[in-house]
Amino acid sequence: MLTLFGDPAVWLPFTFAALMGLSILIYVVLDGFDLGVGLLFPFAEAAERDRMVASIGPFWDANETWLVMAIGILLVAFPAAHGAILTALYLPVAVMLIGLILRGVAFEFRAKAPRDHKRAWDLAFFAGSAMTALAQGFMLGLYIMGLEATPAHLGFAVLTAVFLAVGYSFIGAAWLIGKTEGVLQLKAVDWARGGIWGVVLGMAAISAASPLVSGRIWNKWFGWPETLWLAPLPVLSALLLGLLWRTLRRLPLPGDRGAWAPFALGTGLFALAFLGLAYSFYPFVVPERMTIYEAASAPESLIIVLAGVCVVLPVIVAYSALAYVVFRGKAGELRYD
Amino acid sequence: MDTLLLSRIQFGANISFHILFPTITVALGWVLLFFKLRYNATGEERWMAAYRFWVKVFALSFALGVVSGITMSFQFGTNWPGFMERVGNIAGPLLAYEVLTAFFLEAAFLGIMLFGFRRVPGWLHTLATFLVAFGTTMSAFWILVLNSWMHTPAGFELRDGVAHATDWWAIVFNPSMPYRLAHMLLASGLTVAFLIAGLSAFRWLRSDRSEEVRTTLRVGAVMGAVLIPLQILMGDLHGHNTLHHQPAKVAAMEGNWQTGPNVPLLLFAVPDAQARMNHFEIGIPNGASLILKWSPEGVVPGLDDFVAEDGTVLHPPPFALFWSFRVMVGMGLLMLALSWSAVWLMRRGRGVEGLPRPWLWAFSGMAFSGWIATLAGWYTTEIGRQPWLVQGVLTTAEAVAPVPAPMVLTTLVAYLAVYVALILAYVGVLTYLAARAARGERPGDRPRWGAAEVHVLQPGE
Ligand code: HDD
Ligand code: HEM
Ligand code: HEM
Repeated sequence: MLTLFGDPAVWLPFTFAALMGLSILIYVVLDGFDLGVGLLFPFAEAAERDRMVASIGPFWDANETWLVMAIGILLVAFPAAHGAILTALYLPVAVMLIGLILRGVAFEFRAKAPRDHKRAWDLAFFAGSAMTALAQGFMLGLYIMGLEATPAHLGFAVLTAVFLAVGYSFIGAAWLIGKTEGVLQLKAVDWARGGIWGVVLGMAAISAASPLVSGRIWNKWFGWPETLWLAPLPVLSALLLGLLWRTLRRLPLPGDRGAWAPFALGTGLFALAFLGLAYSFYPFVVPERMTIYEAASAPESLIIVLAGVCVVLPVIVAYSALAYVVFRGKAGELRYD
Repeated sequence: MDTLLLSRIQFGANISFHILFPTITVALGWVLLFFKLRYNATGEERWMAAYRFWVKVFALSFALGVVSGITMSFQFGTNWPGFMERVGNIAGPLLAYEVLTAFFLEAAFLGIMLFGFRRVPGWLHTLATFLVAFGTTMSAFWILVLNSWMHTPAGFELRDGVAHATDWWAIVFNPSMPYRLAHMLLASGLTVAFLIAGLSAFRWLRSDRSEEVRTTLRVGAVMGAVLIPLQILMGDLHGHNTLHHQPAKVAAMEGNWQTGPNVPLLLFAVPDAQARMNHFEIGIPNGASLILKWSPEGVVPGLDDFVAEDGTVLHPPPFALFWSFRVMVGMGLLMLALSWSAVWLMRRGRGVEGLPRPWLWAFSGMAFSGWIATLAGWYTTEIGRQPWLVQGVLTTAEAVAPVPAPMVLTTLVAYLAVYVALILAYVGVLTYLAARAARGERPGDRPRWGAAEVHVLQPGE
């Protein structure tokens, strides 16, 4: 059965790399929007903050689980790479984890702690979201730079950190446009107009830097005919950006038409950026050092996991969708009863 | 301090912080389902009130469990890369199944359970509560399978030093798994029983005489009284299994240096690893032989058997094991004394009114006793495996990451600071919620703000 699709040492690692990529992309969009909402906290009034938290309350836990899934696949399928990447990113990982801890607990504490502590937990919520977003952007930058910590590389990583954080606040604002109404929605449209620059500059910076760091990526981008493969990505991205720009200038429309358009278009942009990265780095899992085929675990173990994934993933998607259906519509107040 | 020691302390600190919250959520999920089902069956308001209060404790504990758990899943890569490289073929699929069958399930239905009460039909809300409880239990199952496999590895072969799975059935149902799983699930039940009884007693002492407190105090006390004998029995069976598979661990737990018959059960001693003997021994003659071998002549393994020819020590540090084991057992005995006497007093007297004040104080004081016993138990188990990470297969030293020690120290200090603050905040908020509830305010009542409220209160929403 293992050899049904050809050599298992080839198709299994590829399948798992694809699954991992998918998990990361889902994570970036989903946790991206709730981290983004946290990043926008300082710009909102106290009452608006309750509404903002209510808009993500039922979702954030499941969103974060995609990170556990992604890191789980890295660990299950590519154990050697898992160690190499995470030891190289030791400190930013710790910053991210502490950020995630602060963000996650502030959710609960701000609603349950004595009222005069609420401001402090709001601050923790913002700080946690910011630490997480910045650390993730920083890791992305270092990863693109081949996990080497020279001053120039670190500088680039700082740039990507800021861009990713702004990008997250964009997708967070786009989510709020869909989930809120009235004054808060107007504000969210404003935030999204500002945040979109993070996405644009981030994509530009990464596109400019990746081919310069590696000759291999340069060839993949600018060699002939490879460049043809890549061409749809920038063209589509520009198209989506244009649409997004137009939509944001016209929102809000009567009858709340198009309120979800920014989020959908933003998701499309994130997906394109991600595809670009995946295209550049394939087949490496540790940039320029270890391919997915070298890092993969034993096929007997991978197939056991794959069987589980095939059965369980559709079910997961189904009940995640159920949660989004149950909590559809504009965010009200969150109540436990 | 070197990287190895710091990494061990850091892992120990992180997992200790993490386990506090799963211990609560695993059993509390089922207790909430029980409250909900009682309410469905009787329609009595007290069950719903109990549900409403404890679901908040659940939500808070769950959040802390999730975020600290994410830290755990990164630790393998950041601090113990050797672990995944050597036994990843076995550990990987087990962790993957935990994510697939447990984490997504609980995360997706948690939202419906916590916030969906007015949005979904009653049966779906009850189902969501069940699925969350089921999910936390599944997660305990998979992680304990892995942990047990590290203690009693089975169903694999080594090729070039890397473990390859040969028999998944043997891996999952490895020799210590059933004992450890049962013991841990009972530990969770006990932790929750005493937490519920403790906070309810605290509210009672603050003159809260609501039907709800009466109910939960009784539920907690009875639950503790039922589970504790089972736990003691299970612990005994667990110990015998360990005696068979990891004799050095049991020797350290008993503080026994020489293998032989007529070994006393030590109540107090200060094991000294340098001098290889105990100071200040107080013991029950033949006790250990009786407990472990059912006869005074029973031969109990001693630590001196686990020293190599060249003097290398191959057994775990006895002092830590000896005392952590006694803390756990001591807590178990306290739980037995308190819950049984309380249930007896309540049956004889007039229910909760029959409990004298010292008992109420004792319950309040033991609200977090389950945490202490659970941590002590885990320290016994995990330190008892040293110097091995996977018994007989991989040592801890082989698995550690070559991260510079100062870096590990930095993160360790940062984690510890966050953890201490959060534990204080957690205990503080629980007490605050209980005190508020005792004052008759419904926990979770928040200032209402206009339109949103009207929107929310639409029936059938
Ligand atoms: C509420 C918590 C609690 C209580 C009251 C007890 N235990 Fe326990 N014990 C645990 C919570 C725990 C634990 C956290 O669940 C451990 C750690 C790992 C495990 O499987 O169980 C454990 C481990 C553990 C071990 C080590 C097993 C190994 O080698 O892995 C033994 C021998 C016992 N226990 C025995 C007992 C006995 C004889 C008890 C009687 C009073 C007892 N435990 C009460
Ligand atoms: C699958 C589950 C588990 C794995 C893979 C695991 C693995 C490890 C590892 C890698 C270490 C570091 C090496 C060492 O110093 O011993 C360790 C130590 C430790 N673990 Fe576990 N562990 C697991 C479950 C647990 C749980 C649930 C607890 C509960 C509290 C726990 C408590 C500890 C403690 C206290 C230490 C420190 C022991 C020492 O320093 O000697 N472990 N474990
Ligand atoms: C080294 C060992 C461990 C690792 C790596 C680990 C990993 C994790 C992770 C990543 C999460 C978050 C999942 C989410 O996003 O929903 C989590 C939560 C959880 N873990 Fe652990 N865990 C470990 C030990 C344990 C043990 C021993 C138990 C139970 C006995 C346990 C029970 C749970 C439960 C019930 C949850 C759900 C969240 C909660 O209720 O607090 N874990 N764990």
